[in-house]
Amino acid sequence: MAEISLKKVVKSYGRTPVVHGIDLEIADNEFVVLVGPSGCGKSTTLRMIAGLEDISDGEIRIRGRLVNDLPPRKRNISMVFQNYALYPHMSVRDNLGFGLKIAGQSRSVVAERVAEAAGILGLSDLLDRLPAELSGGQRQRVAMGRAIVRHPDAFLFDEPLSNLDAKLRGQMRAEIKKLHQKVASTIVYVTHDQIEAMTLADRIVVMRDGHIDQVGTPMEVFNHPVNTFVAAFIGSPPMNQLPAVVDAGRLRLEDGTTIAVPERLRARVRAGQKLILGVRPDDISPEGYGLMEDGESDRVDLLVDIAEPLGMESLIYSRLAGQEVQAKLYGPRLVAPGERLTCRISLSRAHLFDAGTGRNLEAE
Amino acid sequence: MTRALKQRLSAAALWLVTFLLMVIMCIPGLWVVLSAFRPNREILARPPVWVPERLTLNNFAKIFGLGEAQVAIPVGSYFMNSLVIALTSTFVALVIGMAGGYAFARFRFRFKNSLFLSLMLLRTVPAIALSLPLFMLWSRLGIIDTQMGLIIVYIALNVPFTIWLIDGFFRQIPMSLSEAAQVDGCTRWQAFWKIEFPLAKGGIAAAGVFAFLTSWNEYALAAQLTRSTDSKTLPVGLMDFTAQFTIDWAGMSAMAVIIIVPALILTFLVQKHLIRGLTFGGVKG
Repeated sequence: MAEISLKKVVKSYGRTPVVHGIDLEIADNEFVVLVGPSGCGKSTTLRMIAGLEDISDGEIRIRGRLVNDLPPRKRNISMVFQNYALYPHMSVRDNLGFGLKIAGQSRSVVAERVAEAAGILGLSDLLDRLPAELSGGQRQRVAMGRAIVRHPDAFLFDEPLSNLDAKLRGQMRAEIKKLHQKVASTIVYVTHDQIEAMTLADRIVVMRDGHIDQVGTPMEVFNHPVNTFVAAFIGSPPMNQLPAVVDAGRLRLEDGTTIAVPERLRARVRAGQKLILGVRPDDISPEGYGLMEDGESDRVDLLVDIAEPLGMESLIYSRLAGQEVQAKLYGPRLVAPGERLTCRISLSRAHLFDAGTGRNLEAE
Repeated sequence: MTRALKQRLSAAALWLVTFLLMVIMCIPGLWVVLSAFRPNREILARPPVWVPERLTLNNFAKIFGLGEAQVAIPVGSYFMNSLVIALTSTFVALVIGMAGGYAFARFRFRFKNSLFLSLMLLRTVPAIALSLPLFMLWSRLGIIDTQMGLIIVYIALNVPFTIWLIDGFFRQIPMSLSEAAQVDGCTRWQAFWKIEFPLAKGGIAAAGVFAFLTSWNEYALAAQLTRSTDSKTLPVGLMDFTAQFTIDWAGMSAMAVIIIVPALILTFLVQKHLIRGLTFGGVKG
């Protein structure tokens, strides 16, 4: 098992840079998820760690060893591909044992390790089948099995669940988490799905346009997004973002509605400053139906456009100052379109972002 | 008219048309095969004898110079020439086709598209249009009437096709398979031979059979560039049966059968390989 270190890593195709000098330290046995919209450079970064893409500049070290110029086979890593990349002409057994055979392991070692991996992943009955005879979830497990038989320094996952249906995805997510606990190992996992990132990661790396926007534990990233992009990307439904101007100690929205500046942020704002108020839907709730009602808060009136009852909670779509706003109602209460609700905005959990740069005022 | 009846009638009509088309396509071939086993007298009979009275292997014996041979034609030499020329040119075209097809399918390089397009354009030039320049060139090089001369021509004829076909097969194999193999410990070369080659094998075999058939059946250029038993191929050898005033139809048919049989066998193989090559799939869920 090993730590992975990226220093000022750059990737360009011709003159087009796609990864702009990123720095990242991944600790031994850490589960790190690279997340971001498509084209943000997360897969490219993973492929550079794997050695499938050359590095244009910078350094990558695995277990302290500089691997910039090493081919994939010399990096002692395993990778699970988005399309599984099982060898279609080989049985599950041969797929699992392929890497060991290439490495020149004896037959008994190969058989033993294949049996071990098959046991961990519940593949023991499928060893003689061809990949074409397996279901999506089974193929996924074979792909993971192929990764673990070699006892590599690190596992790399490239959007491994994106070809599965929602239910299976949930199951496999749990299996990957279990796998990480069983075979304690460094994992770098790429996904565009923020739920996967939140549920699996020890640390999340949010990427955008070839840069790293934020690195932190899921809770850090969720509770303290460094900018509007991270705020919108992590969390579902996404954080409401309302443009506002500081006026007489309050935040004035475009339609004249005013909301108090959160107390902890009062020293950081100045009159006339253009800001974006960020509030998660969970933090705007009709009075008496909220989750966190004891902290600092303010009131705002919302007109219900659509309500989605989900049982014990309802998602409310409304408009505020010309922006769509989502709020959440906790409790078994039905809300009708057209209803006017007085809602509490939890200010202790609200964020202020600079309107120009999008940076969180509290981010260093 | 009920719908069921209508359907049955149109099905019958379809069968009939298909059958007629098949008859039109098959009769000349069948006639050749039939003629190969009949005496000349019966072939030339008027009105034509549709159902042969007796079948004989005499025609084959004759062209191989066995029995009471009048026309001894060096079929053996022609057969060997054909075989050597077709096999060699196919082998080389396959090696180049595999390298080229892999490169076009896998690598990014300058002028890739224009290079590929010009290869395809090569195939639009009718080979016969090149026969005169080829003849002049080859005679200066002194490779007229040699197996090598024809081999080079056939390689040039086949390479664009093998590259195109094999490129298509490699394209169907996801890049991630080779990448997975490389992560699993293979060099790129090993990944090719252990993963990509076995998967493209069907396609490569199909390309090989097509290339072989092209070389085996080619007549026009071979007729220009060969002279003697040193290099004459079977299709050119067929013309040996025409004399100034007579044509030995029986002998010609027998030789045609000798040409057709390997081609026919290979055509069946092509079908099998093509189908296998096109259906290996099953990578994604």
